[in-house]
Amino acid sequence: MEEREKDLGFEFEEKIYALTYWQLVWLKFKRNKMALFGGVVLLIFYFCMVILPEFFAPYYLEHIFLEHINAPPQKIRFVDSNGKFHLRPFVYKLSGGIDPNTFRRVFIEDNSTIYPIYFFVRGDSYKLFGLFQTNIHLFGTVQGGTIFLFGTDRQGRDLLSRIIYGGRISLTIGLVGVFLSMILGSTLGIISGYYGGVVDNIIQRIIEFLTAFPAIPLWMALAAALPQDWSSIKSYFAITIILSIIGWGGLARQIRGKILSLREEEYILSARIIGCNERKILFTHLLPNCLSHIIVIATLAIPGMILGETSLSFLGLGIKPPMTSWGVLLNECQNVRSVVQTPWLIIPVAFVIITVLSFNFLGDGLRDAADPYTR
Amino acid sequence: MINFIIRRILYIIPTLIGISIVSFIVINLPPGDYLTARIAQLELQGDTTSRHYLEQLRSYYGLDKPIYVQYFIWIKNFIRGDFGISFEYNKPVKDLIKERLALTVLLSVFTMFFTWIVSIPIGVYSATHQYSFFDRIFTLISFAGMATPGFLLALVLLVFVLFRFGTSLLGLFSPEYVNAPWSFGKFIDLLKHLWLPVVIIGFSGTGGLIRIMRGNLLDILGQPYIFTARAKGLKESRVVWRYAVRIAINPLVSIAGMSLPGIIGGEMLTSIVLNLPTTGPLFYRALQMQDMYLAGTFLMFLTIFLVLGNFLADLALAWLDPRIKYE
Repeated sequence: MEEREKDLGFEFEEKIYALTYWQLVWLKFKRNKMALFGGVVLLIFYFCMVILPEFFAPYYLEHIFLEHINAPPQKIRFVDSNGKFHLRPFVYKLSGGIDPNTFRRVFIEDNSTIYPIYFFVRGDSYKLFGLFQTNIHLFGTVQGGTIFLFGTDRQGRDLLSRIIYGGRISLTIGLVGVFLSMILGSTLGIISGYYGGVVDNIIQRIIEFLTAFPAIPLWMALAAALPQDWSSIKSYFAITIILSIIGWGGLARQIRGKILSLREEEYILSARIIGCNERKILFTHLLPNCLSHIIVIATLAIPGMILGETSLSFLGLGIKPPMTSWGVLLNECQNVRSVVQTPWLIIPVAFVIITVLSFNFLGDGLRDAADPYTR
Repeated sequence: MINFIIRRILYIIPTLIGISIVSFIVINLPPGDYLTARIAQLELQGDTTSRHYLEQLRSYYGLDKPIYVQYFIWIKNFIRGDFGISFEYNKPVKDLIKERLALTVLLSVFTMFFTWIVSIPIGVYSATHQYSFFDRIFTLISFAGMATPGFLLALVLLVFVLFRFGTSLLGLFSPEYVNAPWSFGKFIDLLKHLWLPVVIIGFSGTGGLIRIMRGNLLDILGQPYIFTARAKGLKESRVVWRYAVRIAINPLVSIAGMSLPGIIGGEMLTSIVLNLPTTGPLFYRALQMQDMYLAGTFLMFLTIFLVLGNFLADLALAWLDPRIKYE
């Protein structure tokens, strides 16, 4: 028995030597449960909110329910008021009325009418991937029933649907922003680290100067200077560019550090001896070896961008309606006294935090895994 | 050492010049100038008397001259302590920002001390009791803290407290002190209200510092000299606090300088949510109203504050860590 175990261990060790770098990374990454969890959450978020929001959202973004303004979240139930158990979950009908004392619209659950929840129901029509006309949604109610799992907003729009659609902008703006700063940051970082000397000095001074600025006030000032009449797409890219203006400096510095240590490795020396030209050394030897670290640095930089967009839009300086992002949803919470009447409107906060947390876990796990040769 | 300090001070000067250029660009970014819009607006209201006054302002600030001349006029006035006029409030910028900047600096410094006082002991505990129950709890909290920006926390807390207890957390002073001149009573009142924004702003920074402190200390506790210290029979508390923490704290000092931008930014957003009488809300309003002298001056001062913070952190590090060479 003992011998067998030893054999297995030996085999395992043998196998490790035969694995490629990326297989080793995956092996090490898999062991970090939190990172795995973060990765899965993000995959789900990106799939539901960026790729197929029309399908996962119960309603279309601008679907306004005039009868249900500021309606509270409806609870999914299995047991009705008579104590009878339903296998198919259902929601009660929300009936609106006016509170005689405060003259405010209030909603009460009407126990007599139940709306069962079905999967793959037909609802608002949309174009899947902008190509196929369809009207199937993941879940919903039929026969004029409503389902507002997170309630509705001041204009009577379903909050869950708005969060799902808002995720499309909030989640991509981080990726696009990091991609932009990556291009600048890795190019300058590699040049700075590889050539050293005067070039390095100049680039480092510029970065130092950039990082001297407080990011949020500078972002606010730049975003406030954007022309008000720009189209949605134009201002979306303008915001990503503003977010990457400061970000690239930090990235360039980290990549430079990595290059500085890699530059001294034997294989670079041998490449130089056999007469490789500079460009070949940089792009076929140094860059691929930095790639995993660049990915790690990028992953850890995304949450900052997402939070940047959220804070700018929250202040009304970033993404503006009719475009919807999580920050735009939170912008409607600026008036705290009115939010107290409709506390479900701050639910988007939870989505922001879960996303950022997942990115942090994922990035931490990737950082450990990117160096699979150390234990 | 003195050489090092002088070189470090000389080094600040080009940075400051660069900062002033960027701030000036920000002031001039919005298309058109404020005065023209203001004059048109006043004339629409039938007010012709202030036109003359505004034209005077235009020539005083050189707004009719080329942009680089404007810059030199602006920077010359800035050094003299004349930061221009807030067109929105029709007051010199200087009078508007003094108290608010002081409160921002106070709040930031307090927040920084708060994050240190909380995170060092927790970091030390987590490192010396690695994988214990409380270490896991603290790890969880610090991750949550890192993912929760202050202004979102402030928003949720504000709504929760108002919803649950019906009281508002807004502001830094009790109503009777808001417009009162500074007195001892007002100062005490300020301290009473200050803890909440300090905790809210410091929450995310604390999370990060706990992680760093824990990681550093774990590295150092594995070093041979700690082994030697234990082998000599030193008390564990002495080994940890005098031998290990002493060294593990050094990176935190250099991080202190780097963490200032985050604190300033967090302070700004949180103040806007909590409506604190600091730079945040006024800067935000100035940006919305395109009151650019006011906004530019804030940006300039906040950045100068950061540069000074970094400078002090460098000095502290050089003084704390004898291994740092001044060359």
